[in-house]
Amino acid sequence: MRMKALTGNEAMAEAMRQINPDVVAAYPITPATEIVQLFSSFVADGRVDTEFVAVESEHSALSACIGASSAGGRVMTSTSSQGLALMHEMLYIAAALRLPIVICETNRSLSAPINIHCDHSDTMGSRESGWMHIFAEESQEAYDSIFQAIKIAERAYLPMIVSIDGFIISHCMQRIDMLEDKEVQDFIGEYKPHHSLLLTDKPYTIGPLSLQDYFFEHKRQEIEAMMQVAPIIEEVGKEFGEKFSRHYGLFEEYKLDDADNVIIAAGSAAGTAKVAVDEARDKGMKAGLLRIRVMRPFPYREIQKTLKNKKIISVLDRSDSMSTMGGPLFIEIRAALYDTETHPPICDYIYGLGGREMDVENILSVFEKGEIYKKKGVEKKLAFIGVRE
Amino acid sequence: MPKLMEVVKNDNLFTSGHRACAGCPAPIILRQALMVAGPNTVVSINTGCMEVVSTIDPFTSWNVPYIHEAFENSAAAISGVESCYEAFKKKGKIKKDMNFIAIGGDGGTYDIGIQALSGAIERGHRFLYICYDNEAYMNTGIQRSSATPYGSHTTTSPAGSVIPGKKQKRKDLTEIIVAHNIPYAAQASPAYRNDFMKKVEKALACGGPSFINIISPCPLGWRFNPDESIEIARLAVQTKFWPIYEAENGKYKITHKPREEVDIEEFLKVQGRFAHLFKPENRHIIDEIRKDIKYKWDRLERLERLYSD
Repeated sequence: MRMKALTGNEAMAEAMRQINPDVVAAYPITPATEIVQLFSSFVADGRVDTEFVAVESEHSALSACIGASSAGGRVMTSTSSQGLALMHEMLYIAAALRLPIVICETNRSLSAPINIHCDHSDTMGSRESGWMHIFAEESQEAYDSIFQAIKIAERAYLPMIVSIDGFIISHCMQRIDMLEDKEVQDFIGEYKPHHSLLLTDKPYTIGPLSLQDYFFEHKRQEIEAMMQVAPIIEEVGKEFGEKFSRHYGLFEEYKLDDADNVIIAAGSAAGTAKVAVDEARDKGMKAGLLRIRVMRPFPYREIQKTLKNKKIISVLDRSDSMSTMGGPLFIEIRAALYDTETHPPICDYIYGLGGREMDVENILSVFEKGEIYKKKGVEKKLAFIGVRE
Repeated sequence: MPKLMEVVKNDNLFTSGHRACAGCPAPIILRQALMVAGPNTVVSINTGCMEVVSTIDPFTSWNVPYIHEAFENSAAAISGVESCYEAFKKKGKIKKDMNFIAIGGDGGTYDIGIQALSGAIERGHRFLYICYDNEAYMNTGIQRSSATPYGSHTTTSPAGSVIPGKKQKRKDLTEIIVAHNIPYAAQASPAYRNDFMKKVEKALACGGPSFINIISPCPLGWRFNPDESIEIARLAVQTKFWPIYEAENGKYKITHKPREEVDIEEFLKVQGRFAHLFKPENRHIIDEIRKDIKYKWDRLERLERLYSD
């Protein structure tokens, strides 16, 4: 193992280099541009064997990826924000065609107003497209998760997004323990697809018109595949941990065992929240953090078990659902808790839209509010942090 | 022209049993293209008539590998397939030579898919794009496209009491493609079978991106009898409404020049979509169409002469 100081984007690009996919079709977009640039230089310098397709849009990027994956290749791309939104139509098609494509994503807000900084509205907007999704907290996890994503996707025949917070992580330098190229290749193994468009002696029709008589069965199978994928994610995470001593599950618990005042977060804010947990504990609160790592499939059973006896749960959402019921994380966690007998009190905080700073004090104030809610009950179901009212 | 005795052996690559309308020439076009391309061919197709009629799950008319992704991206899709082929070839995972063909109607090609097409041919992928141009969105019920000719009635450019059909002139997509400086671009007509199949052969052999825009008269949308499709495709060429020509490495050649002048009215009057143009108050539209045809033909002849030495 060797150590390197890398930004989140560099770490993701290095992971792509070590995977050495057959085809990468990608279009640059801030703050993920660097990933595409670096990968182009790997191609130009002969450090990968990949066919790099410098497409004219993200829509064509994913369309070309779907073509290449249907031809039997190991295929990756990278995007962010508007790019992922432009891919939206093709996200559903990639998932329904059961193609194990992996996207290295940097989370950025969606226009309007146009903004290049982090929030989670882009990937949250794609959460019903049939893609598995990992929110990495920082660059090391992103780097490690991309190898796992390849393996999980190719085993489940479902595509996967691994995302990091734009700029906060994508442009932040961090120490990365890198794997050797050979270790990566041994871990991911050779991709052996079910079928390929290049097998002309076994011609295959992909993407037929499927109406009332067969469409439902296709979708049912896709739903079933997603239902069966959580154990695969856990197995692959475990295997990675055994080999490389960094362990990953569906979510991360930080000082959660004895906690009664719990924050739930995804992405880089979880790092800040860990500091806030420590400070809150210094102040005598039984604070803890549950960090959502896998957003799709949503690990609701495990979350139920972990949270059912907590006194107050505060969810931090870096996007809103526009349902007026709160952010997407809140809605899903609340739904998961419906099946518990304890129905722990829960509230939602929308924070950090368009890259608005979220600091330790902000999170401490959430824990402090939690102490009040513990005694008096939840006064405000949905609140905003750090916004001018 | 590829040897007929050879190509007919490939007659089963696009099979019968599809659900195209009676008289639709598009399946003929696909079958003839695949006869030339042969079995080592991958097809990608845009959403549209030929996609809908050829692959109603669990049936398929395609005896070659086939992919349909969405409405606008058959060119992007095939660029991915071809890139994967190149990757596998480099790694020695595949040895055979293969053809790549993307297909779209005029809606998926002139309009919603022009960006993906422009991008894919600019990048130089080795594939042939065939546009079967029936001059409107026929799959959704005859709505105007940018390929719909001036004055034509469609359901979104209806011939009304104030506006006499489509007010805009059609886009010259073939010339837009030629401007990409690709090795081969052509226009064709299913009435000139040998000409079309020869163009497919040349396109597939050119070593880079190629494009064929082939007129595909639609009995339903153009309003004529289903047994007249090929005759109307012939009239389109004879009246110079749809010149068949090629630009090979930029070198223009009109591949069929009508021996006699046939007036455009002969083409217009046999189609219901132009019936309103024959009212006295609309005849100026026919004059305008006639003028545009002459301009385009003269221009093509000049381009041909420019490259004739």
